[in-house]
Amino acid sequence: MITLTEVLTLSGLLFSIAVAGVFLNRKNVILLLMCIELMLLAVNFNFVAFSRFLGDINGQIFVFFILTVAAAEAAIGLAILVVLFRERRSIDVEDLDSLQG
Amino acid sequence: MMFETILFFAFSAVLVGAALGVILARNPVYSALLLVLCFFNSAVIWLMLDAEFLGIVLVLVYVGAVMVLFLFVVMMLDVNLEELRKGLAGYWPVAAIVAGLMVFAILDVVVVKHLGGLALRAAPPPPAGHSNTQALGEALFTRYAYPAQLAAVILLVASIAAIVLTLRHRAGVKPQNVGEQVRVSAKDRVRLVKMASEKRP
Repeated sequence: MITLTEVLTLSGLLFSIAVAGVFLNRKNVILLLMCIELMLLAVNFNFVAFSRFLGDINGQIFVFFILTVAAAEAAIGLAILVVLFRERRSIDVEDLDSLQG
Repeated sequence: MMFETILFFAFSAVLVGAALGVILARNPVYSALLLVLCFFNSAVIWLMLDAEFLGIVLVLVYVGAVMVLFLFVVMMLDVNLEELRKGLAGYWPVAAIVAGLMVFAILDVVVVKHLGGLALRAAPPPPAGHSNTQALGEALFTRYAYPAQLAAVILLVASIAAIVLTLRHRAGVKPQNVGEQVRVSAKDRVRLVKMASEKRP
């Protein structure tokens, strides 16, 4: 029998791995976006787990909307990335400094 | 019951391993493929948590659309990986400390304090004839009808924005203007001139 504690621990581990990934790959925008997807997955795990263990369908509705917004975010983020690469020939975060005056 | 627990831990182990692979892989293509593995394992665990519809949606939407988009972009951009990796190896202690602190904070709330006793309660068994998809649909199209339409608008705006952002006009290209080609008539192009025939010199 799966308990709520196990699922929440798994989700916490996933989220922490994603945060570590942001530190380790903070130059590569593609990997940053992937780490954000991983974080959203961990959050969705929490929603699904609580929905199951409280017997409340509303948590799954929330996951539905998070999936929608995450898909939109990925589409726009990758489009911006493609435009950025066309302009700069690089996706290094440290090259994005033209607004500092 | 025992079998379910073993399955859960097996899929969790693969999930955590694949997530570690995502952040540690040298090549972004490997990262994207390992993230696909993450999503598959998550879908299985969601199925075990009685969220069947969302499990399938995760595979269809994430693996089928979002990750394919990621792979497409990773392969389309000609990125210098060595340049991006430079100077990052020294940051692993910071990453480990921050991630470790977060794990401890979450474990404190979840495992030590049991969410104030909530985590110890057993899950209520689903009622007989319960259909996850039906319950989700009933909630989504009654109480959440307006948010569902807003989500649809967000998706529409996102797809239009992605197209507008990546659309580019190249100078020096000579495209056809089909409308003008169709609209033109013989009168505009050909002029018939009446004249007397001339003698051969």
